[in-house]
Amino acid sequence: MTSKAMALLGWVDDRFPLTKLWKEHLSEYYAPKNFNFWYFFGSLALLVLVIQIVSGIFLTIHYKPDAELAFASVEYIMRDVPWGWFVRYMHSTGASAFFIVVYLHMYRGLIYGSYRKPRELIWIFGVFIYLALMAEAFFGYLLPWGQMSYWGAQVIVNLFAAIPFGIGEPLSEWIRGDYVISDATLNRFFAFHVIAVPLVLIMLVAAHIMALHEVGSNNPDGVEIKKNKGADGIPLDGIPFHPYYTVKDILGVVVFMIGFFAVMFFNPTMQVTDTLSLFIESPNFEPANPLKTPEHIAPVWYFTPFYAMLRAVPPMLGSQFPGVLVMGAAIVVLFFLPWLDKSPVKSFRYKGTYIRVALATFVISFILLGYFGVISATAERTMIAQCATVIYFGYFLYMPFYSRHEITATGWRAPLVALYSILTIGLIAYWWMNDEVSATLKLIVSVVTLVYTIYLLIIPAYVKADTVKQVPDRVTSK
Amino acid sequence: MSNDAVDTSKRRFLVALTSAAGAVGAVGVAVPFISSMNPSARAEAAGAPVEVDISKLQPGERLIVEFRKKPVWVVYRTEQNLADLGKLDGRLQDPKSEGSIQPEYAQNKARSREDRKNILVVEGICTHLGCSPQYRPDVEPDAGWLGGFYCPCHGSRFDLAGRVYAGAPAPTNLPIPKYQFINDTTILVGDDSAGAA
Repeated sequence: MTSKAMALLGWVDDRFPLTKLWKEHLSEYYAPKNFNFWYFFGSLALLVLVIQIVSGIFLTIHYKPDAELAFASVEYIMRDVPWGWFVRYMHSTGASAFFIVVYLHMYRGLIYGSYRKPRELIWIFGVFIYLALMAEAFFGYLLPWGQMSYWGAQVIVNLFAAIPFGIGEPLSEWIRGDYVISDATLNRFFAFHVIAVPLVLIMLVAAHIMALHEVGSNNPDGVEIKKNKGADGIPLDGIPFHPYYTVKDILGVVVFMIGFFAVMFFNPTMQVTDTLSLFIESPNFEPANPLKTPEHIAPVWYFTPFYAMLRAVPPMLGSQFPGVLVMGAAIVVLFFLPWLDKSPVKSFRYKGTYIRVALATFVISFILLGYFGVISATAERTMIAQCATVIYFGYFLYMPFYSRHEITATGWRAPLVALYSILTIGLIAYWWMNDEVSATLKLIVSVVTLVYTIYLLIIPAYVKADTVKQVPDRVTSK
Repeated sequence: MSNDAVDTSKRRFLVALTSAAGAVGAVGVAVPFISSMNPSARAEAAGAPVEVDISKLQPGERLIVEFRKKPVWVVYRTEQNLADLGKLDGRLQDPKSEGSIQPEYAQNKARSREDRKNILVVEGICTHLGCSPQYRPDVEPDAGWLGGFYCPCHGSRFDLAGRVYAGAPAPTNLPIPKYQFINDTTILVGDDSAGAA
């Protein structure tokens, strides 16, 4: 650097910690040297956030948040605004890309135990980011004022109306600002989508990264690199984030962008069959009509696993509320993950077979639920979705049992095992009372649920605890 | 007491008092913001009754009108339809409409005014999650279908009096709004002040 530039930097540094911030967060932030493929998705999530903010700003320049004008203004962006289609499809593709990246980022956390001590708060901020993202996506989907926008919002807002004790109805009216989804709703959802939630999102992302840089990154081995420092105080297994990981992440960005633009240019609605599009559903090309519900409505793909759980729970005592409760619990349970994992090791590399089975069945059930949430419900699919819901929750609720390395089904844990077992048997009994479904399917879901519960709850609790392998002192090159 | 000594208990008390006063202020200032999101006076006023001309409605047909921004259906039921309503009790969740919303004069098997049983006036919003069910006078979602409404969102089924079938996700029958006949061919939806016409 020339002396003049140095002098300018010195002038700034005396007034603002520019060099300090650069060092703390990039050039002297030491990340473990064994990051693998799964570590691309954090930086990619940040990239998609930037894409969404930039493309979103340019959309608001032309969009009109008015029930009379909204649909036409989106079509105006698509047809008349120079490059308007480009900006809009970037934003709509970005929404789905955000969830793809975030789901993979969360999966990384699951397998390597990145939520474990001392990273509980990173995980909790992350779950809040996920929640904010869902809110952001939901509010945004109303804005084009298409049929799916309208009826999707109608269904989701009515979920709140299902809350009993006289709270639900006024609450849903307060959210809509009207007795039905209307112009008032569109106008406020616009406000939430373009300013309220994005501000929350950015603050949460800042908190997420600050907490990460405070404790340092986890890695595929789950080894704390700060425990092995050289004479210079730098972790022996750490390398500076910049230039090593900035360069690595640029490779990830390039590969990601190839896929992103392939979707954006060639299949922006992500049409998979004649009648089914995943990113922008076909009915959303028709203006909202409050008097007619589309033939088949489903939320966008990233909500469908939770939507399938909602549908899987039958109404009880004339109320839809239990389903809403289960759907909410599916998200809330994520917050407790750091304390549900009782394993002495972080990464699944050094855990036994239980976690592998639990993880594999969890992923399968999540994808299955996502699929069932897209297609219409039948008695058979509902039963399979119920089984998948058990496996989704089993991953979390059985974890204190299958992740332990000693048999400790004593004290408060014994009644818990009994409770889960009774619930499982109750559910199986409930299945056998259903005459709309073939005996073969009943048998399959019953056996799957029973084997799952015995293998991941009863056996770890009473017969054989998890076996853990010795974690090395230093990270490995696997 | 010298001027240097700090009376910590007094300080704690003052800090607590100031915090409490601040908290009250914060709650107070939240009220107008939170209230501003409730339905506005204009939204509340938009609920005026709607007149419906049914002179062209033929038996078996349905008319959709907008009332308080919700679809309200006017269905002209045939004598066969009315006779079929009596056969369904065992398959319905609330056949006598005891847990459902309707004016008193419509709490009967046909869920309509006694003097004009053929005309059903019902809110076309599923009591499950607010979709608008489809009119299926003859297309069967299942065997033994005697006509009714089918919700495409979550599969709830209703008979031609808007009564929900057992086992559907919808918890109650479709609501019946207040209505009255102004003359033989005109219905006023949202108002029944004149009593039975």
